[in-house]
Amino acid sequence: MTTAMTPTTTRELRYREAINEALRQEMERDETVIIMGEEIAGGAGREHLGIVDAWGGPFRTTVGLIQQFGNQRVLDTPLSEAAFVGTAIGAASTGMRAVAELMFVDFVGVCMDQLLNNAAKMRYMFGGQVTVPFTMLTRIGAGFGSAAQHSESFYSIFSHIPGLKGVVPSDPYTAKGLLIAAIRDDDPVVYFEHKGLYGDMGPVPEEPYAIPLGKARTVRSGSDITLVGISRMTWVCTEAADELAKEGVNAEVIDLLSVSPIDYDLIIDSVRRTHRLVVVDEDTPVCSLASDICARVAEEAFDYLDAPPSRVTAPHTPVPYSRPLENVYVPNAARVVGTVQRLVKRG
Amino acid sequence: MELDREMLLHLYRTMTTIRHFEERGIPETGQRGMSGSVHSSAGQEAVPTGICAHLTVDDYIGSTHRGHGHCIAKGVDPKLMMAELFGRSTGPNKGKGGSMHIADMSKGMLGTNGVVAASIPLAVGAGLTSKLRNLGRVAVAFFGDGGANQGVLHECMNLASVWKLPVIFCCENNGYAESTPVEYALSTARVADRAAGYDMPGIHVDGMDVFDVFEAAGEAVRRARSGEGPSLLECRTYRYYGHTVFDNPLSYRTQEEQDYWRNRDPLKLFRERVADGGLVSLTELDQMDEEATEMMEDAIRFADESPLPEPLEIYDDVYVDYPKDMMKRGINLEV
Ligand SMILES: Cc1ncc(C[n+]2csc(CCOP(=O)(O)OP(=O)(O)O)c2C)c(N)n1
Ligand SMILES: [Mg+2]
Repeated sequence: MTTAMTPTTTRELRYREAINEALRQEMERDETVIIMGEEIAGGAGREHLGIVDAWGGPFRTTVGLIQQFGNQRVLDTPLSEAAFVGTAIGAASTGMRAVAELMFVDFVGVCMDQLLNNAAKMRYMFGGQVTVPFTMLTRIGAGFGSAAQHSESFYSIFSHIPGLKGVVPSDPYTAKGLLIAAIRDDDPVVYFEHKGLYGDMGPVPEEPYAIPLGKARTVRSGSDITLVGISRMTWVCTEAADELAKEGVNAEVIDLLSVSPIDYDLIIDSVRRTHRLVVVDEDTPVCSLASDICARVAEEAFDYLDAPPSRVTAPHTPVPYSRPLENVYVPNAARVVGTVQRLVKRG
Repeated sequence: MELDREMLLHLYRTMTTIRHFEERGIPETGQRGMSGSVHSSAGQEAVPTGICAHLTVDDYIGSTHRGHGHCIAKGVDPKLMMAELFGRSTGPNKGKGGSMHIADMSKGMLGTNGVVAASIPLAVGAGLTSKLRNLGRVAVAFFGDGGANQGVLHECMNLASVWKLPVIFCCENNGYAESTPVEYALSTARVADRAAGYDMPGIHVDGMDVFDVFEAAGEAVRRARSGEGPSLLECRTYRYYGHTVFDNPLSYRTQEEQDYWRNRDPLKLFRERVADGGLVSLTELDQMDEEATEMMEDAIRFADESPLPEPLEIYDDVYVDYPKDMMKRGINLEV
């Protein structure tokens, strides 16, 4: 409980620990919160051998939860995504606040029907009779030699679906605040963890706090161009901004944080001052979030633009395995700098 | 079951080749910075070996993330596989796929697969092609005890049964899906029990005993080839290592259990079985082990000497026909 007398204590946590803390605090706060997924505890059913929480989650984000909340609220599942994601949605529409973990976003094909046709549409189709407080945790990100089926960053397909919300935390602070907000939200929310961020440290308040869904944040102020980063790409933007500063170009960097709803207002306010926009997106370019943001800015801030709204994205290909190929797949600071230089030169 | 000398040598050579590939190739891949998604099938050699011994190069298999053994048993060259693991252009996938996607269509190998159970319908589809075009080929769908719980397997067993397709559903039950024990995740005592729901034979065999696997697979393949339809074959086996190199399996299973299964090693069992049969000598088997050792050294050398792909090959093979300019439009990967 936060009161004026007990100020919030902030300490350094890793991204993965911030996720874990958010889950724990929400499960403490609300006994209807349950979580399910593959290996979220691990070694299931072996309590009699003294085996509990063998894995603590594939990336150790759920470690310790089963000891505290028991195996009726922390549910290891069989390898059956359609079944358990759908079950979580069903539980969420009948009184539970359900969290399901999909190990990698690439596997969404197995359970997409439950997200697309149930979670996203039930409230609407049923004339508002039902709420679906469902959160799906999943993982994105290339660069780890995991090839085409374990490396995607598709959040745009979820942004595209009316009825779903989505968040892309980029550091420990936003990881905790956005997860708490996602769980408390009465709509289905997809929460995208980036594999490349789990070890990152940052200040995180001990008390529970929610970061509002649909709000981006400015992580660096500048006057010459607006760079919008999504998830880990935010830090590619700040790296590019450091480079650009050496050349006298001051870039503003916005961390998108929510992929649905999208905070167009913050971006447009910024572009009105900087007159230029580059969106940096690890997803593929066609019909992407980057495309959507550029289109919105072109429609609503056209008169303020000194250069075409531009995109730096992954190429329109699956994720390749071999190093030299994967190295060029993921957008990097050099590509951002090159794009900005071109736009700034235009005038 | 009576096996001739040639078949006995083939079975052992296949198993020792797989074992050597896993024991040598995986650490070498790790040393080249590509360790993340490589899964060892050491301990499970008897399953693909006993099954693929009944197949010709024209038959098909669909494989899993733990698929090196399937590839080798189906005749994929370990040299090329090593090159693929190292991300080289000379790999069958030109370095695009790596361990979880090795495919060699010239050998009827429809790909290892990173999505659990996703290759099952591909094998069923190959069975359909064979039936529609009267090719006389069979298709084997490999999956694990974890994969046994995916809906797509059940839909495929029903479909293959309804259409009487020449398919063998082969479950490699190694007791675990990552850290999840099969007895927790499976509603029936055995995966094979589920065959009853799809009106096909469900056979359970000792997957550490290549002779047991060979015999059961013989009947399933015969059935498939003669148009009688699919079978479900469950082979109880064990993986010696963790799920990936990062996993410590002792976090969810006991040393005693590991020792029990190691003591039932498929290569060791084979040696015990043939020792007094007179058809092959243990010296011959030792020699095959040596050959496998050398084969891996050659494979590693070949892979290391092979070129890496050029960065812009990233655009190759996304489509058969698609304007490359459209793919590259607005994207400059060369900085
Ligand atoms: C659809 C899907 N869900 C989850 C995973 C992550 N995963 C990879 S292998 C695996 C366990 C597979 O177990 P099993 O089928 O028994 O095969 P084994 O690893 O034992 O060979 C899991 C959960 C995946 N690759 N695909
Ligand atoms: Mg298994």
